[in-house]
Amino acid sequence: MNLLPEPLIFNVSSPGAQGCSLPESDVPPSPLPQDLTRKHLGLPEVDELTVVRHFTRLSQKNFSIDTNFYPLGSCTMKYNPKANEVAASHSGWKSLHPLIGDRYSQGALELVFRLQESLAEIGGFSAVSLQPAAGAHGELAGVLIIRDYLESIGQGQRKTMLIPDSAHGTNPASCTMAGFATRTVPSGNDGNIDIKALEAMLNDEVAGIMVTNPNTLGLFERNIAKIAKMIHDAGGLVYGDGANMNALTGVFKPGKSGIDVMHFNLHKTFSTPHGGGGPGSGMVAVVSKLADFLPGPVAVKQGKKFALAMPPASIGRMKAFYGNFGVLVRAYAYIRMLGRDGLRRVAENSVLNANYLRAKLERHYPLKYKKACMHEFVAMGNIAPGIRTLDIAKRLIDYGFHPPTIYFPLIVPEALMIEPTETESKAVLDAFVEAMLSIAQEAKTKPELLNAAPTTTPVGRLDEVAAARCPVLCYRP
Amino acid sequence: MSIDAAARYAESHEYAKLEGSLVLVGISDHAQEELGDIVFVELPKAGKLLAKGQVFGTVESVKAASDLYMPVSGEVSEVNPALQADAGLVNREPYRKGWMIKVKPSNICDLDALLSAEAYGKSIGEA
Repeated sequence: MNLLPEPLIFNVSSPGAQGCSLPESDVPPSPLPQDLTRKHLGLPEVDELTVVRHFTRLSQKNFSIDTNFYPLGSCTMKYNPKANEVAASHSGWKSLHPLIGDRYSQGALELVFRLQESLAEIGGFSAVSLQPAAGAHGELAGVLIIRDYLESIGQGQRKTMLIPDSAHGTNPASCTMAGFATRTVPSGNDGNIDIKALEAMLNDEVAGIMVTNPNTLGLFERNIAKIAKMIHDAGGLVYGDGANMNALTGVFKPGKSGIDVMHFNLHKTFSTPHGGGGPGSGMVAVVSKLADFLPGPVAVKQGKKFALAMPPASIGRMKAFYGNFGVLVRAYAYIRMLGRDGLRRVAENSVLNANYLRAKLERHYPLKYKKACMHEFVAMGNIAPGIRTLDIAKRLIDYGFHPPTIYFPLIVPEALMIEPTETESKAVLDAFVEAMLSIAQEAKTKPELLNAAPTTTPVGRLDEVAAARCPVLCYRP
Repeated sequence: MSIDAAARYAESHEYAKLEGSLVLVGISDHAQEELGDIVFVELPKAGKLLAKGQVFGTVESVKAASDLYMPVSGEVSEVNPALQADAGLVNREPYRKGWMIKVKPSNICDLDALLSAEAYGKSIGEA
């Protein structure tokens, strides 16, 4: 990593410098009205090479999955195979104009159609729309589908959505945007949904429940079929948050377990770029009775030809054009490369890798729920006096590992959520274990090393409290 | 860790303290400590009617954002203006300058249903 301090580009600005030389104007000047012009724009003045070096040096400070292990897992940064990029960079895709029409985009439409079919098969659903552009966007699409469906059967009074206390924060946010009120379902002592508490919350105002399975504790919701039946018997629908689908591909079909509508994150499970590298895709899948409500357009097959069509009772568009098409090409390439057996091995290895780390670490980093996990597990980082999870996370950076997710889910104090994903070798996992054990030792013998971490980065521990309380968002000379 | 003996407590860690005819509402010292450095508090407008158990606002720390629940039913009669500029008051003086809202209770008996200071202390593992 490049550790040298890098000035702001404003600080290397020199008056008059510029990155391109324009030819003399050969038409008479036509100045802007005076009240629209400014003397000082406050933009940096730099030559081309200065710009290139500045941003290249900044990029060298980057921590990336192409250089180091990221135990944030598919939640944030699963490895994206390079073959995906080769597929997506085909000029036939890249040069395709979005308004060219069905006739001249048959190949693209066929890919969209086949991806819809593949994802429906993987999830055990009837129909899919690739419109939503992110996970929470897919959630919003899903709860809007539930809303419109309930209205269509005269159950529009159902305005309450039940959400487990271990859920992603986006779940209640999506419900609120769709006009639902939310109620929190507590977890039992085993980390799964408390069935008795759920039973007591059911009535004719309940529109449904949003379930993440495996949940954010990395635990499989064993009662999912029973929960779905309870909700259905009470007149509601079951929404599945597919953020943790990585643990299930090829093994478990959520659509066959009673879930009615679900989003998958192509940028998590299906290895398309994530984080700053997006854009994302939060495609939404439904059982047959909800298919007419899908956001559109979706790709359909008419004889031997493919076309775009709006489902008859569609909630409408979620996005301009057809979703993030380049992302869809990558996900399709990934699914076809792996096939059914390969996707099953993805799930198996992601679960095996997580349990390997859990077994190696649980004596030093206690678990709140002491049992086998799925693709991730949640430990606690308050392992010595004066040591918090934040200190462990920051110290990991000094050992060359990205910190895992911390302080989520909220129901585990000092949470440290570790997800290795299926792509890491045993050698990498062992090196991570060694670092974690070494940090646990330091926490007891040299806690100051943890409190001061990180010390091997271009900047040290950042003051996140000051950053949140008094954010400075704009450069002012 | 301090527990204000004059207040009563919800299981969700809000306290309710009778001051004349109004009920002062905030979060306990234990709650602020669990949340860590608080950076933002979102509160309702004065005049809002809310039932016991309804969400009246949100408290955001560097770790998490949590909903705040009404410990008693009633009308919000005053909102602590100081928290807008200095949310850290909730960390430093949760029972005094870090109070959140004053409520005109619709049923004063709601207070009796809350935990006593002693029972609250036991529930969070304090002797």
